[in-house]
Amino acid sequence: MKALLSGDLPRSRALTALLVAVLTGLALAPFLFPGTRPLDVAAKACVFVLLVASYDLLLGYTGIVSFAHTMFFGIGGYGVAIALSRMDVGWGAIALGTAAAVALSLALSFVIGLFSLRVKAIFFAMITLAVASFFAILASQLSGLTGGEDGITFKVPELLRSRLVAYYLVFGSCLVLFLALLRVVNSPFGRVLLAIRENEFRAEALGYRTVIYRTIANCLGAAVATLAGVLYALWLRYTGPNTTLDFGIMIDILLMVVIGGMGTMYGAVIGATFFVVAQNYLQDAMKLLSGSLKGLPVLPELFHPDRWLLWLGVLFVLSVYYFPHGVVGQLRSRLRAGAG
Amino acid sequence: MNSPEGSAAARVDWVPIALTVAIALGALASIGNPSTWLTLTIAGLAMGLLIFLMASGLTLVFGLMDVMNFAHGVFIAVGAYVAASVMKFFAGPAEADSFLVNLGALVPAMLAAMLAAALLGWFFERVIIRPVYGQHLKQILITTGGLIVAEQLIIVFWGPDLIPVERPLTLRGSFVIGDMALEKYRLSAVAIGLAVFAVMMLVLNRSKIGLLIRAGVENKEMVEAMGYRIRRLFVGVFVAGSALAGLGGALWGLYQRDVTVHIGAQMMVLIFIVIIIGGLGSVGGCFIGALLVGLLTNYVGYLAPKIALGTNILLMVLILLWRPQGLYPVNKQ
Repeated sequence: MKALLSGDLPRSRALTALLVAVLTGLALAPFLFPGTRPLDVAAKACVFVLLVASYDLLLGYTGIVSFAHTMFFGIGGYGVAIALSRMDVGWGAIALGTAAAVALSLALSFVIGLFSLRVKAIFFAMITLAVASFFAILASQLSGLTGGEDGITFKVPELLRSRLVAYYLVFGSCLVLFLALLRVVNSPFGRVLLAIRENEFRAEALGYRTVIYRTIANCLGAAVATLAGVLYALWLRYTGPNTTLDFGIMIDILLMVVIGGMGTMYGAVIGATFFVVAQNYLQDAMKLLSGSLKGLPVLPELFHPDRWLLWLGVLFVLSVYYFPHGVVGQLRSRLRAGAG
Repeated sequence: MNSPEGSAAARVDWVPIALTVAIALGALASIGNPSTWLTLTIAGLAMGLLIFLMASGLTLVFGLMDVMNFAHGVFIAVGAYVAASVMKFFAGPAEADSFLVNLGALVPAMLAAMLAAALLGWFFERVIIRPVYGQHLKQILITTGGLIVAEQLIIVFWGPDLIPVERPLTLRGSFVIGDMALEKYRLSAVAIGLAVFAVMMLVLNRSKIGLLIRAGVENKEMVEAMGYRIRRLFVGVFVAGSALAGLGGALWGLYQRDVTVHIGAQMMVLIFIVIIIGGLGSVGGCFIGALLVGLLTNYVGYLAPKIALGTNILLMVLILLWRPQGLYPVNKQ
């Protein structure tokens, strides 16, 4: 078990319980929660756990803020979608689409990284924001290739048409990739990333070429995000701007990382699951609340089901101030306080 | 101290200015038709100057306190929404067939937009940004969080739908001189933009406060050592910058004739490109960068609409290859 988790144990009883609950919930989702909607929620949670974990590699472990993560997510989605809609439907097309998408992502992240990771974090954030928004416009303009605003609906190989098989493909791949990321952040390479985050100057003085490490982390994060995009597209059998490239999704990822806990990997599991479930079920609760407040000024509007992002935004701001390591950090520090 | 900006007129770096003029002339050659060119140039100047209004505060705030506010777009959006509401309230004067009476609607709209954005900016500085000075990562996260909350609050108060905005009657349509059509609203936007730029340059270069701001951008500690409270100066600049963003938003809403909640976020991308091109912290660079972006967007949009989207990114990449710190790098001590 220790080897599987790369020696990075949850280190908190409550956190362990939560993680086990999420893992069993997701592993047995098709049997525990029958129905289309719960299974969709579960698959989305799997993909976003992976996506958020790969983002945490950048934000939490390396200390760089990228706004282009959805771009790589989208490249993955469009990669398989274009391959499957143009070629014979089969595993060959999926492999080719994935390979091409990963190659494109690596090249792009390498160029962006080389260009802007030398300088301040802010600069990188601004450049990635510009590039990502350009990419989103490009995808909606090149409608011959990408289907424009409508996106691409495509057929998947026979085997994946069973929802059960498709779900376990998504779940299994996400689990393996997540454990791989856990391996990366607990390797000597991961230690260097942490050193860069904590004190770049000192890391450089110790002889580590920080630019190279950051660029590698950036490429790695991009590649995993691309794979997450591939899986999500295969699950939805659809790729479009709204499911991959939208700036709203970038905001969602940020919320998940920060609320779950930056720099903890497990935070990605907690944050993404919490968020995806909230996204799907919080609105129902708010509908009830909004209904009961009818007649009062402004309040019903504030609790309108579509305003759920407002409350998560407030939670986000508060967690950056008061719980910089999110839910996971909170649970772990309680343990430390108890032990000391 | 060889700062290329400001201190002495003799040291103005002419190369970027020449580049802007060269691009305009090059466009004239490739478009061929002078009247089309003039229309595009005025549209480009209007767009550039409005972007400058919105971006100038952001770049100064960064230069002074190393603060990057990703929620700057909110001030733009609030300005646009407030102006739209005021214009609607003063629908009577706005529909009158007299320029002076129209001003009775336009001026209150602009002032209200500036006031609302300034108040919001003051609140933002206090609540959101003050606790995270000097921590870039947290600044980016916190201000992005502020952006989410503020955008949602705008929807709470104004609703999620697009709001159409009518320009005042006398500013609709165009002046026609020969075969050239000059859109009236764009001309007024150019006039307002230039006036604000002139006032700003006067304040920055001829007043004591401007002197302190310029000195603060170059060397914060030294200004503090001289006994000036740079914090207060910073709050002032932040609020003024927010007000200008609100003004820019108000005028941009009228330029596009509609307002959506994403107006701020859309402009932010252009604004970031502009201040990166200009050199973070440099007002002069921001001005030239905004004009370059505005002009190029319009020229390329006419000449080759297919690649228009990439032009700004390409421009940024080329300029950074040429001058990695932007057109007018700020000398930080």
